[in-house]
Amino acid sequence: MDAVAPKPQDYKSDLKPVWCPGCGDFSVLAAITRALAELRLPHKDVALVSGIGCSSRLPAYTSLYGFHAVHGRALPVASGLKLARPELTVLAVGGDGDGFSIGGNHFVHGCRRNVDMTYIIMDNSVYGMTKGQASPTTAADWTGSKLTPEGPGLSPFRPLEMALSAGATFISRAFSGDPLEVTRQICAAIEHKGFSFVHVLSPCVTYRPEQKGWREVVHADFTEPYSDRREAFLRLLDDDGFTTGILYKSQTPPFQPTPKSVEPVATLGDQFAI
Amino acid sequence: MQRTSVSIALTGSGGAGVMTAGQMLLDAAAEAGYYGLMGRTLGPQIRGGESAALLRVATRPVQGLDDGHDVLLAFDWGNIERFSAELPLIPGGIVIADPRNGAVPEVMRRDHHRIVEVPMQDLAKAIPGGRVNMVGLGLIAELIGLDHHYLLDRLAKQLAKKGEEALAASKAGLDAGAEAAAGITGLEPLAPPHPRETERWSITGNDAAGLGAIQGGARFCAAYPITPATDILEWLAPNLPRVGGALVQCEDELASINMIIGSSFGGVPSVTATSGPGLALMMESLGLAVASETPIVVINVQRGGPSTGIPTKSEQVDLNIAVNGLHGDAPHVVTAPLSIGDCLFATQWSVHLAEAMQTAVIVLSDQSIGQSRAIIDKPAEIAFIGKRLVPETIEAPYRRYAITADGVSPMALPGQEGGAHTADGLEHNEFGNPSTQIDHHQSQLDKRLRKVVGYDYGDHWAMIEGDEDASIAVVTWGSAAEPCREAVQRARAQGFKVRLIAARLIHPIPLDKMGKALEGISQVVVVEQNHGGQYYRHLRAHLDLPGKVTAFHRPGPFSLRPREILQHILGQ
Repeated sequence: MDAVAPKPQDYKSDLKPVWCPGCGDFSVLAAITRALAELRLPHKDVALVSGIGCSSRLPAYTSLYGFHAVHGRALPVASGLKLARPELTVLAVGGDGDGFSIGGNHFVHGCRRNVDMTYIIMDNSVYGMTKGQASPTTAADWTGSKLTPEGPGLSPFRPLEMALSAGATFISRAFSGDPLEVTRQICAAIEHKGFSFVHVLSPCVTYRPEQKGWREVVHADFTEPYSDRREAFLRLLDDDGFTTGILYKSQTPPFQPTPKSVEPVATLGDQFAI
Repeated sequence: MQRTSVSIALTGSGGAGVMTAGQMLLDAAAEAGYYGLMGRTLGPQIRGGESAALLRVATRPVQGLDDGHDVLLAFDWGNIERFSAELPLIPGGIVIADPRNGAVPEVMRRDHHRIVEVPMQDLAKAIPGGRVNMVGLGLIAELIGLDHHYLLDRLAKQLAKKGEEALAASKAGLDAGAEAAAGITGLEPLAPPHPRETERWSITGNDAAGLGAIQGGARFCAAYPITPATDILEWLAPNLPRVGGALVQCEDELASINMIIGSSFGGVPSVTATSGPGLALMMESLGLAVASETPIVVINVQRGGPSTGIPTKSEQVDLNIAVNGLHGDAPHVVTAPLSIGDCLFATQWSVHLAEAMQTAVIVLSDQSIGQSRAIIDKPAEIAFIGKRLVPETIEAPYRRYAITADGVSPMALPGQEGGAHTADGLEHNEFGNPSTQIDHHQSQLDKRLRKVVGYDYGDHWAMIEGDEDASIAVVTWGSAAEPCREAVQRARAQGFKVRLIAARLIHPIPLDKMGKALEGISQVVVVEQNHGGQYYRHLRAHLDLPGKVTAFHRPGPFSLRPREILQHILGQ
C-alpha cells in the first residue's frame, strides 16, 4: 500500500475521453477512481478490462493496467486474468449492448462462474458508438432509431433478474447522477468475495436526451441487501428498473482453481513410458 | 522370409471391444520391443457405431499407416459398407470373419482377398465369461508371431482388479484364438524386434500436444470441448495442476480464446485447443491477440469440413482459415506437427514462438495424428521454453508498443511498477493510446510484421531428408509428412534422387530457407490431404516453385498412403 493516501486523481490518465459532454460515464470513471483511492489499492495491482462501446473506452482513461478487448468479451478476458493472477484486483466495465447482447452468454456464465471480480455495466439503453440503435434494455416501443423505426419490439432485458438467476453473488444498482452511491457500491463490490455486478444507469445525453429525467425517477429502495435468493427474487418482481441500492449479497466461495502441488515438468512424461 | 512390418485392421460395432483389443495388441507389441501405431476410425454414434482399429507393428520406428492391411479381422459387419473404403487390404490380404455374422459382404470380397472363417463367437461362448475380442486378439497375436506371454502380462495388469475369474476367462479366450490361428497360412511372421537401446513411450498425438504445451511453459488453458481435440483438454485438466497451472472449461470458444488472452496478459503462457468450427469462432480474438501483441497458442486438431463436416475423421483443411482467416493485416504464425510424436515438439516450439514474438500461433494438428497412438523412442529433451521479453527496468513514460529493431517490445505485466498501460485492439501509438494517425498505423503494422518475418526459425521450420543431389522434391506439411517420408524412401530405393521437405512452419513461409531447400530441384510434388490444394496455393502465392510442379491432394477421411504418393513422385 502507498505510504501516502492516494487521491482519486492519481488513478486517472491524461487522455481526454471521447465521451459527449454530460455523458453519465464521466461520473462512473470518477467513482471508480474514488473507490480505488478509498480502498487504497496500489495502481499496479488493479486491472481494468473492457469490450467495445462508449463506456468500454474507460480503461485508457485510468492509470491502471487495462485491456480494451473486442466487443462483448470483457468478462472472459477479465476472468482469465483473475484466474491466472488471483492476487490482482480485476474489474470489467462496459455498456448494455456489450454486456447483455453480444456478450450475453458470458454475462450468464460469468455470474455462474463466480470469479472474484467486479463487473460494472453503464446502461443507457442505446448503442451510442454506432449512433443510436436499440439495445437489449431499450423499451419495445422506442422508435428513435432508423434501424427499428417501429421500435425493437422485444421486451427489455432485466439485468438484475438475469444476474440473480444465473448465480451472481453480489448485485446492485446505482444512478450515475449520484456519484457517492456509485462509489459506495463499487467499494462494496470490490470488497465482496465473488462475482459482483454493479448496474449503473448512466444516461446518454446525445441519443436518449430524455434520460436526463432519470434523476427524478430513481429511488433508493434497495435498502438492505438480501442474502436469501427467494426474497431477492420477490423484491425484483416489484422493481420498476429504477430502484437503487445493493439488492443481494451472498457468501458463496469464489471459483478459483488451485494447483495441487508443483512437480517438476520432467515427471509428466513418466506416464507415457513403457 | 520374415517381415519387418505388419498391418492389421480390427473392426466391429461399438461394444465389440475393438479398441480394447487393438490397444492391448499395441501395448503387448511394445512390451515385446516392437514399434508401431494404432489409428482409429469411428462412426458418428455416441455408442454402438462402427469402429475400426488400424494397427501397424514394425521392427523399426514407424508413425504412418502402410498402403493396405495384411489382415483384417471383423468381429461383425455392422455398417461395413460405410467405411470399407477406409480399410484397404493388400492384394491377397486375409479377411478373418465369423460365420455367425453371415456371408462376408460383397465390399470385402473384392480384390481377391483370402477369406478365412473362424467361429469366434462360438469359441468365446464355450468359455464361461469368455469375450469374443479376446479370441480375436489371441488369433491375431499368434498370426503375426507375437509371443503370447506379452499379452498375458498386459491382461494381468489390466484385469488385476477384476479378479481371477475374469483373468482366467480372458486367458482362455486368447488360447482359443491362438489355436484357431493354427490353420491359417500365408502370412510371414514378424522378424524379432531389435533390442531396446533407449526408453520408449506409448503416446497419442493429442496427449503429446498437451505435454508439449506444458513443456513450452504453458500453465493456463481455457477451452470448450470439441471432437477431435477434447483429448488434449482431458489430458491437460489433471496434468496442468501438477505443475502449478489450471484448465478452465468455458461456455464457448469465444470465451476460451478471450480467457487465454486475459491470462496471458497477466504473464502466464496460455493455450487452448479446438477444431475447425471452434477455430472459426476464435478468429476475431486471434486478431485481438495480434493487435494487442498478447502471446497465445491455439492447437487446432483438424477434422473433415466445412461446417460440422466429418467431426470424427481427419483432413488437413484448416490451413486457409488459419493463414488467412483474420481480418485486417494481421501477421501471426501457423505451425503443424509432422507426426504423432512430433505433436510434442511442434506444440512446445509453438508456445516458445508465441512467447518470443508476443503473437498468436495456430498449431494445425489433425485427427489422424491426434487420436492415433504410437510407440516411439523417448523424445529428446529440448532446451528452449517460452521466454517473453519483460522489462527489468521501466523508464517513464512506459512505451508498451515501442518501435524496436526486431519489432518485439518489452511487455510489462500487471503488478509491475511503472508498467501500467492499456493493451488495445484499437490501433494505437507506442504508448498504447488509441490512434487513427497514418504514421502510427504504418509503424505498428510494420513492427508486427517484422516480428514474425524477421524471426530466426532455425532448422525447426521443416524436416528435410533425402538426396543431396536430388532432382525431385516432395513438399508437404503436417500429418502428410509420414506417408510422404515412406514414399520418398521407396522412390530412393528404386534409384530416384528425391528430397523430402516437410514443413512444420506453415506461415510465414521462410522464403530463404525454402529456396535453399529447393536448390537443384527440377520437379516438385506438393502433397496434402484436402480437396482444394490449400498448401499448394499458399506456396504459389509466396514463391516460384522450380521446374515441373504437380499438386497431389485429395480429401479425407481415408488418410494418405505411401503408394499413391509414390505414383505421383514417379509421375504415373
